[in-house]
Amino acid sequence: MKTRDLQSTKVRALIEVNAKQCKRCGICVEFCNRGVLAEGEDGLPEVVNLEQCTLCRLCELRCPDLAIMVEEAT
Amino acid sequence: MAKIAPLAEIVEKQIDMLTYGQWGICAGCGGGIVVQALARAVDTIGIPNKDIVILNGIHCSGSQAASLKCNFIGGLHGRSIAYATGLKFARPDLTVITVQGDGDAVGIGGNHFIHAARRNSDITVVVNNNFIYGRTGGQYGPTTPKGAFATSAPYGTVDRPIDICKLAESAGATFVARGTTYHVIELVDILEKAIRHHGFSVLDIITQCPTAFGRYNPSLMGNSTTEMLKWMRDHSVRIDKAKGIGTQELEGKLVIGVFVDKEAPVYEDEYEKIIQAAKKVK
Amino acid sequence: MDKQKNVQLMQGNEAVVEGAIAAGVRFFAGYPITPSTEILERISVRLPQVGGKFIQMEDEIASISAVLGASMGGVKAMTATSGPGFALMVETIGYAIVAEIPCVVVEVQRVGPGAGMVFTSQQDTMSIRWATPGGFETITLAPASVKECFELTIRAVNLSERFRVPVFLLSDAHLAHIREKVEVPNYNEVLRVDRTRPTVPPYKFLPYEADETGVPGMPDFGSEYRCKIVAVLHDKTGKYGPSPEERTFILKRLHNKILAHLDELPMVEEYMLEDADIAVFSYGICARAVKAALKTARAEGIKVGLMRPITLWPFPKEAVSKLTSRVSDIIVAEMNSGQLLGEVERANEGNANIRFVGQEDGIVMDPQRILSAIREVG
Repeated sequence: MKTRDLQSTKVRALIEVNAKQCKRCGICVEFCNRGVLAEGEDGLPEVVNLEQCTLCRLCELRCPDLAIMVEEAT
Repeated sequence: MAKIAPLAEIVEKQIDMLTYGQWGICAGCGGGIVVQALARAVDTIGIPNKDIVILNGIHCSGSQAASLKCNFIGGLHGRSIAYATGLKFARPDLTVITVQGDGDAVGIGGNHFIHAARRNSDITVVVNNNFIYGRTGGQYGPTTPKGAFATSAPYGTVDRPIDICKLAESAGATFVARGTTYHVIELVDILEKAIRHHGFSVLDIITQCPTAFGRYNPSLMGNSTTEMLKWMRDHSVRIDKAKGIGTQELEGKLVIGVFVDKEAPVYEDEYEKIIQAAKKVK
Repeated sequence: MDKQKNVQLMQGNEAVVEGAIAAGVRFFAGYPITPSTEILERISVRLPQVGGKFIQMEDEIASISAVLGASMGGVKAMTATSGPGFALMVETIGYAIVAEIPCVVVEVQRVGPGAGMVFTSQQDTMSIRWATPGGFETITLAPASVKECFELTIRAVNLSERFRVPVFLLSDAHLAHIREKVEVPNYNEVLRVDRTRPTVPPYKFLPYEADETGVPGMPDFGSEYRCKIVAVLHDKTGKYGPSPEERTFILKRLHNKILAHLDELPMVEEYMLEDADIAVFSYGICARAVKAALKTARAEGIKVGLMRPITLWPFPKEAVSKLTSRVSDIIVAEMNSGQLLGEVERANEGNANIRFVGQEDGIVMDPQRILSAIREVG
């Protein structure tokens, strides 16, 4: 059985926050259950734990302002 | 569940970012979440944008629907379903979707809602249900819970709210579902099902309004967008589970999922038969 | 009904239906209201015969809304009602004006405010033009015969398409129900005007940008053009909240859609007016009573004629102005308490003596009253 090593430090994603569109509502930070994001300067979400991102895209889906985008790392 | 496409791809194909941010929407408003889900649903189904028409009522929640790349009709408060009825009847080749607030759909627009459901017109009605009239500053509406506060209910409302799903079902809608802006993956899924459904589809989407409803009723759903989303998470019961629970236990809970999914004669199809019959009579 | 015969006996309301079919109307949404209901009933039979769509909606607001929905979809659409139903449609008329959606509304007048009575009047002359907030110009045609019910419905549809504006046919309970001869043309030979489609390529298209005609091209859903229609005050792109300059620009363009065509739009019939000293100014069914009175007056040697506006709005100010210099007295006759009377007085550049004969009892104007007024002057 293949298992996924969730403790691996391989970076799977690239995350970009659009500072102009982001309204600092805090939704993406609050609901990322992998702790990838945290509130940064000026309330803008910043990536603090990129290796934990599993590309679930829930931050994208829950952003009312289309301000956070997740790309698969190559 | 469909695979979740990267947002960048969805935006490229479905959304005009030049106008998306111009609607003056509050931080944390759930409406944008619904619009993104709608864009994703439409993208999954693959209908060309030229054949889709989105009709907006007067509301703030969901205003960004006007930035979708398909055709757009902005109309008067409460009348989207009436325009949609005429449009779909005249042009059954188009995919017709309304995006409305709760008051727009079942308050001022209630009569059109009921009769379009009765006719089973092949239209999809997406209701952003945030329990308040946000655009005009926070007055109460037909879905505001009894006792809640609003700018026009300074002592709390005295009337009971209506259940959009029950109203839709009893009026004859053939696809009825409730979702929330917390349960986003299901949201995309029910939007997709609703649009694909041949007949009248209603989506009652619980959406947070932190600026008005949240602020005036912190003890009901919470006082911030994240608190309100957590409330949705903690108070929702999926329909299959709800069936096994008594009504007492369901008090204060939100039942979500698909309530109605059935086939019935569709208005536009039935009238085609009339045309065939009329042409024979001279 | 045998279409090969070209002269038919028709009821006023029925002639409206045939005119609509001849003009290419293929969508009707309406609600029953006396004295317009025959239009709803008759068109429910006729439209599916020609592949068109008919629907009875839940109320008048839904009716005019569905008409706009169909028209936005590229199908010529119409509704019919009476005063109370028109009152419910008023907000949506404003929508049709600002969004520039072609549509025809037939109003068959009854008498009295509120629910009134189902008999005739001309009490909605002003409200048909001014009821919707904003005061923007629309076109109103007033038939005075069953023949005109047929012809003016065609004209109304064509004008609404050409100018992308709501056009009203203002009939009344009496005209709606009398039967008169109509020479019915071959419908394939009737001149039909269609809304202009955009001429610029899709990437350059702005929904509310007009060329020198002042009317923006209206694209079809399903074409390569992205259609955008809005109910709010907008700029050329359809965006809400234009600047004060942009607001002035678009509102002026909406006014000018009608005002720039005052040389051709107002239609007037002049009857026995060439040598007249006295003129009667009257329209619709009331003008028929006037014509009866004129016969007698002329026989008594009084040189009196009739000026009959066929277009009530835009008001034929120029024709009336000229009339006030040609005659010494004008008798305005209306089946109300004086509505176009004020417009005639405003146009009185020639200083004619203006009198008013009104009748507001649900009955067609009594020719005797007109005759008495003419005799008093003459």
